[in-house]
Amino acid sequence: MEPSLAASIGKIDLERPIMLASGILGISLDVFNRLYRSGAGAVVTKSLSKEPWEGYPNPTILGLKSGGWINAVGLSNPGAPYFAKMIEPNTDVPIIVSLVGSVPEDFDFMIKQFANCKVAAYELNLSCPHVAKVGLEVGDDPELVKKIVTVAKKSSDVPVIAKVGLGTTHYLNTVGAAIESGIDAITAINTIRAMAIDVDTQRPILSNKFGGLSGSPIKPVALRCVYEISSKYNIPIIGCGGVSTWEDAVEFFLAGASSVQIGSAIGDNWINVFDDINKGIKKYMTDNGFSKIEEMVGLAKKS
Amino acid sequence: MQRNHNHPKICTVEKVIDETPTVRTLVFSDDVMANVLPGQFAMVWVPGINELPMSVMITDEPGMAAFTVRRHGPASTGLYNVKAGQKIGVRGPYGNSFDLKQGRLLLVGGGTGLVPMMRLLTFVKPEDDVTVLIGAKSKDEVFFEGMAENLLKQNKHQVIVTTDDGSYGNKGYVTDMVDKLVSENHYDGVYTCGPEIMMYKTVQHAHSKGLFVQASLERMMKCGVGICGSCCVGEDLVCRDGTVFDGKHLLSNKEFGHFHRNKAGILENY
Repeated sequence: MEPSLAASIGKIDLERPIMLASGILGISLDVFNRLYRSGAGAVVTKSLSKEPWEGYPNPTILGLKSGGWINAVGLSNPGAPYFAKMIEPNTDVPIIVSLVGSVPEDFDFMIKQFANCKVAAYELNLSCPHVAKVGLEVGDDPELVKKIVTVAKKSSDVPVIAKVGLGTTHYLNTVGAAIESGIDAITAINTIRAMAIDVDTQRPILSNKFGGLSGSPIKPVALRCVYEISSKYNIPIIGCGGVSTWEDAVEFFLAGASSVQIGSAIGDNWINVFDDINKGIKKYMTDNGFSKIEEMVGLAKKS
Repeated sequence: MQRNHNHPKICTVEKVIDETPTVRTLVFSDDVMANVLPGQFAMVWVPGINELPMSVMITDEPGMAAFTVRRHGPASTGLYNVKAGQKIGVRGPYGNSFDLKQGRLLLVGGGTGLVPMMRLLTFVKPEDDVTVLIGAKSKDEVFFEGMAENLLKQNKHQVIVTTDDGSYGNKGYVTDMVDKLVSENHYDGVYTCGPEIMMYKTVQHAHSKGLFVQASLERMMKCGVGICGSCCVGEDLVCRDGTVFDGKHLLSNKEFGHFHRNKAGILENY
């Protein structure tokens, strides 16, 4: 029998185990439909705020000579109310709405905007490393995380995911705080705070100076985090960080992730990457006698 | 270390040419940029100012490339104000290019949209019969007319200029001239780059006559590589699927000719 690519992340059921990561391309329903047709099991939107944000001036992204990317787009987004209206016609695509805010009320306000939309889950961005007062600065405060998760869970019946990253508080404490407050799943990890300096002009390249490192350089770090979370807690995990091949995706499954997100690889290989990875995972499953994704999840912890 | 086309390569501007009171061409040396295809673009970093997508202009010297910029917003004005000797960062090239047909060709350019049209002219075959249509608001905004003539010396050709106010060439909108030309002649390929409404009407006129037509689109861009999503037009990403699109495809896109996105990603009317 042909192996199934269906993935369950707790209460979230997907036809395929790879998603579009937040921040990438997530700005129009037409593009979401295209990505879904191209093989994404779900799409995560750009992180939405209460009001529209323009983000930072360019340069906002650069490729590193050694591979990988650094970006400080600055969470540009059209705001939750506009975005909710835009995705209202959606019927087909599992859309995971990413949200960014500073206080619990922000999240309650935003989730309520989506009352008339088909939303597969909300992903709370507790880990963007380059915007003040939100993202990682929130994730670094476990007491605030508890309050936000509690409110987000109350605001709707849709599953809520927390996306964590590497801040000044140990991310396992942030994960623990989120679980204590009833979170449904964890996405790990976000980009890692980084910078690049141009030697000819002797200045930082990004207009914000600091940005987030993504792509293949962070994959081993993200993998370690997924392994650590799945070793310590019983919570569904979505792996994120440098996945660009089927082999990367399988590594994350073996470390304990029920699905993976893809971002930077789109910059390198464009959107064929979804179909390529799906095919590769399927072949690996056939070759190794797996019939379901969940059979692989956490297998590397057996020894 | 090896060049990574996604990492800005620092180039020194060697020469600045005033094309009009608001348009300048900045010339620099770079083999990669000198050889891009018509329709491709670079992300150009003006250190301390901004980074913006620019079509790559031809020069008359091998190994040299240029950017022709109109001062408009803070980013383009920042590039416009770069002096000879100053450094800029260049990454790319990105995007696809025009599918150049042979035979009778019509090129329609407005403003700095003429840049990919000039590069396209360097690819035409000597036996092609080429009409270049240049649209401008008034006489002092006309540029690249002489360059088009020069590039087509070996060809049967005509270069037609229209100005909205009639201060030079033919009086009227360039798209009315497009309508006239495609009504009176057959073209094997129609190519356009410039203001979106100009391209929209050009595509409509050419397509209505059953002609093959392509347009090179412009949108606000942050990444240039298909990550940020800023440049999406319907389901298409200008940076990755374009900048060049077939007219037939564009006319089925409900945003082309009507909307563009602002920096927050909100659709705004043209």
